[in-house]
Amino acid sequence: MKNKKQNRAIISVLGKDTVGIIAKVCTYLAGCHVNVLDISQTIVDEYFTMMMIVDLESSMKDFDLVQKELSQIGEEIGVEVKCQREEIFEMMHRI
Amino acid sequence: MIGIGEVYETNRMVREENLDVRTITIGISLLDCISPDLSQLCDNIYQKITRVAKDLSKTAQEIERDYSIPIVHRRLSVTPIALVGGSACRSTADFARIAKTLDEAAMAVGVNFVGGYSALVEKGMTEKDELLIRSIPEALAATERVCSSVAVGSTRAGINMDAVRLMGSVIKETAERTKEQDSIGAAKLVVFCNAPDDNPFMAGAFHGVTEAEAIINVGVSGPGVMRRALEETRGESFEVLCETIKKTAFKITRVGQLVAKKASEKLGIPFGIIDLSLAPTPAIGDSVAGVLEAIGVEKAGAPGTTAALALLNDQVKKGGIMASSYVGGLSGAFIPVSEDQGMIEAAEAGALTIEKLEAMTCVCSVGLDMIAIPGDTTSSTISGIIADEMAIGMVNQKTTAARLIPVIGKGVGERAEYGGLLGYAPIMPVNGFGCEALIARQGRIPAPVHSFKN
Repeated sequence: MKNKKQNRAIISVLGKDTVGIIAKVCTYLAGCHVNVLDISQTIVDEYFTMMMIVDLESSMKDFDLVQKELSQIGEEIGVEVKCQREEIFEMMHRI
Repeated sequence: MIGIGEVYETNRMVREENLDVRTITIGISLLDCISPDLSQLCDNIYQKITRVAKDLSKTAQEIERDYSIPIVHRRLSVTPIALVGGSACRSTADFARIAKTLDEAAMAVGVNFVGGYSALVEKGMTEKDELLIRSIPEALAATERVCSSVAVGSTRAGINMDAVRLMGSVIKETAERTKEQDSIGAAKLVVFCNAPDDNPFMAGAFHGVTEAEAIINVGVSGPGVMRRALEETRGESFEVLCETIKKTAFKITRVGQLVAKKASEKLGIPFGIIDLSLAPTPAIGDSVAGVLEAIGVEKAGAPGTTAALALLNDQVKKGGIMASSYVGGLSGAFIPVSEDQGMIEAAEAGALTIEKLEAMTCVCSVGLDMIAIPGDTTSSTISGIIADEMAIGMVNQKTTAARLIPVIGKGVGERAEYGGLLGYAPIMPVNGFGCEALIARQGRIPAPVHSFKN
């Protein structure tokens, strides 16, 4: 059985809080058929921080394209948007 | 499920604390390239390296992209060339031709260094070992990417003092041949005691003869992450300090483990080891001296530095061992002078001397590393410093190394400038009393009594 976690990614947004950040990212993801599994936001060290766990299993676009386009959306709004495979966080923070 | 704080922490390590994977190094055996015909041998070497490592750069880029973690270097290590070239080489020029082939192959696959222009002469030198060693100045002057190392001692074999004497003059000549660039050739030449077969870091990497056909070794880094974590423990007990170092080392090493696993899968080359060394860079904050200062010494080299380094090195290992089952190489804390802004400042302020660095090498992972000394230092004095360092390694059953750069034409108070990762180095004073009579003795220092374990 294929590991379900293999296609999961973490999208994180870091920057100044502005209206519509989540809406823009979610609209983009919906357009690519990327499923959002979890979403949370908070303020850390005075930065707006948002994180989504997404499933790319039925995504219409490749991981690197999603990554590139999300980063462009971030530039347009003036925040940093990162898309990383989930494993790096699992490895670092879980035994 | 992963929490937002954890995601933030990981990304902050990369963004603000210079967390990176220092190197993915592919070790490649060249034993099957051996031929008595030099042209054939060079051709075999070039073909093998460019075949095995052709996807290294591409793979490293993919991993960087997937996890947003910088992988600073892609490198190669090969079987010690004294063994590979022995039957084909009749002169130093013949060996230097192999060095040029390695340089070309490294360039073709997009790696910045290839290690393994090496000889293992802990107990004695064969004719060809000696020929390779004598060819080092020529080889390092004629190439950009080739790194050389010579193992002159071990706990089991003792110290080959004939090789130590020879290395004093080889280092001097290498420096002389590259004097236009502040003797940079000597920065790519290491002398070892108890040399590890699987070290991914330069300049001392080589692919040992007990290793497989090809293997992936990964060097992690992260002094900046460690310093940040320790700054939050000021005033706390040693227990809190040690816990923090272990946890941080664990996190850093896990990133290396992930990168190694992925690189191994993508390249179809087995994973060897993770080297969990704290390797500094000239970037501000990415400094082992900074970590020592966060532990509590005013400047690296102040009283207490050796104790702080001993604690750091041990806790890094304890944290890292839990994170990967295959930890090897050098694994500890590197204390190069030129590559570490805090060490440079400490040396310039007079807090750090060669003698103190020597004491620190008793408890850290490597040795006297990237130390610029006056260009008029005699070869016997260089051999004397090497012999001291080798003795520390031999008696303490640990790896020690010496990478000394006699900067031709410069003296104490001046600087050697290299740029990039090698940074710059203040030229440090060397004890002016001689040791010619010691170095002139023939033969070897016997293995210490505690080497007899059978």
